[in-house]
Amino acid sequence: MSDNFKPKIVAFYCSNCASSAASVAESMNKALPDNVKIVQVPCTGRIEILHLLKPFEEGADGVYVAGCQEDSCQYVTGITKAAKRVAYVKKTLEQLDIEPERINIYNLSAGKGQAFVDVALEMNDIVRKLGPVLSE
Amino acid sequence: MIVAEQKPIKEILEMVKDYNKILVLGCKGCVTVCNVGGSKEAAILASTLKIAARKNGKKIEVEEHTLERQCDPEYIDEIKDMIDDYDAVVSIACGVGPQFLSERYPSARVFPGVDTKFMGGAVEHGIWSERCAGCGTCVVHHFGGLCPIARCSKSLLNGPCGGSSNGKCEISKDVDCIWDIIVRRMTELGRLEELLEFVPPKSWITARDGGPRRLIREELVL
Repeated sequence: MSDNFKPKIVAFYCSNCASSAASVAESMNKALPDNVKIVQVPCTGRIEILHLLKPFEEGADGVYVAGCQEDSCQYVTGITKAAKRVAYVKKTLEQLDIEPERINIYNLSAGKGQAFVDVALEMNDIVRKLGPVLSE
Repeated sequence: MIVAEQKPIKEILEMVKDYNKILVLGCKGCVTVCNVGGSKEAAILASTLKIAARKNGKKIEVEEHTLERQCDPEYIDEIKDMIDDYDAVVSIACGVGPQFLSERYPSARVFPGVDTKFMGGAVEHGIWSERCAGCGTCVVHHFGGLCPIARCSKSLLNGPCGGSSNGKCEISKDVDCIWDIIVRRMTELGRLEELLEFVPPKSWITARDGGPRRLIREELVL
């Protein structure tokens, strides 16, 4: 893939943990790549399958969800539900001959400012290597 | 409810590959309740078709609409002014929907987006189980309120076969032997002796074996 390719990535962030991690990252003077667009949600359990598909429909090359650790979701099962929906969308992408690695879910926690940035860089790297969604 | 499952995406894509303006048509009846064919699922399928088009560099238009039901003519009529705007319609109702659409709009290209499975209910969130085979002559009251027609692999009416083992049917360890459950239930209810009464061979004339069925209620016919 061309080194010039700058993927469009949409990230869904839990406002309870991942967004706190963002504040920590900010205090550490660490920023996300500017091609990662953040959608903050009250709980990742509220993210529906359609929410995960829409970015791909509208031009995104990758999507990820950043939520709590499995045992620390304020709403108990939010991140577990989100993980199942991400797994569903991975299967949908596979059926469309699109790489399932284009969508991922990460477990963060409030104090992990570095991890907040690292997952964005990791997804950016994965998707940049995969290239755009469009077939050759 | 009628329980259905979405067809594999590849199968749907193959059906509509030659069409550029597609309507995904949901139904607010049973398929909404079993999370396969309501407005939410119509939006998901429409989005999936658009992603497939993006992937393949194809320009298509996909819209979604959901009817109150696809098994009543008055609701099918709702789309009479819009159906001609589409090259193809993917109905995600049960098998009744695509047929009512095809009968009402003979020139429309209508495709089924789901596979209709059975009549049943949700035993857990996300898990459905068959309960009724639509045999046309309900007998569940003889068997502790449970149906051996739908739930016994052989539809036996006079007790379990030799394939019942540890409460499971020989066809799969995941399938309960309904006769095991019936006997346990009738024992608990103190009604076991009722099962000693011989049930004669069932007439299947009222079931699907009697050919396509029709029900007429004169007091309702206009």
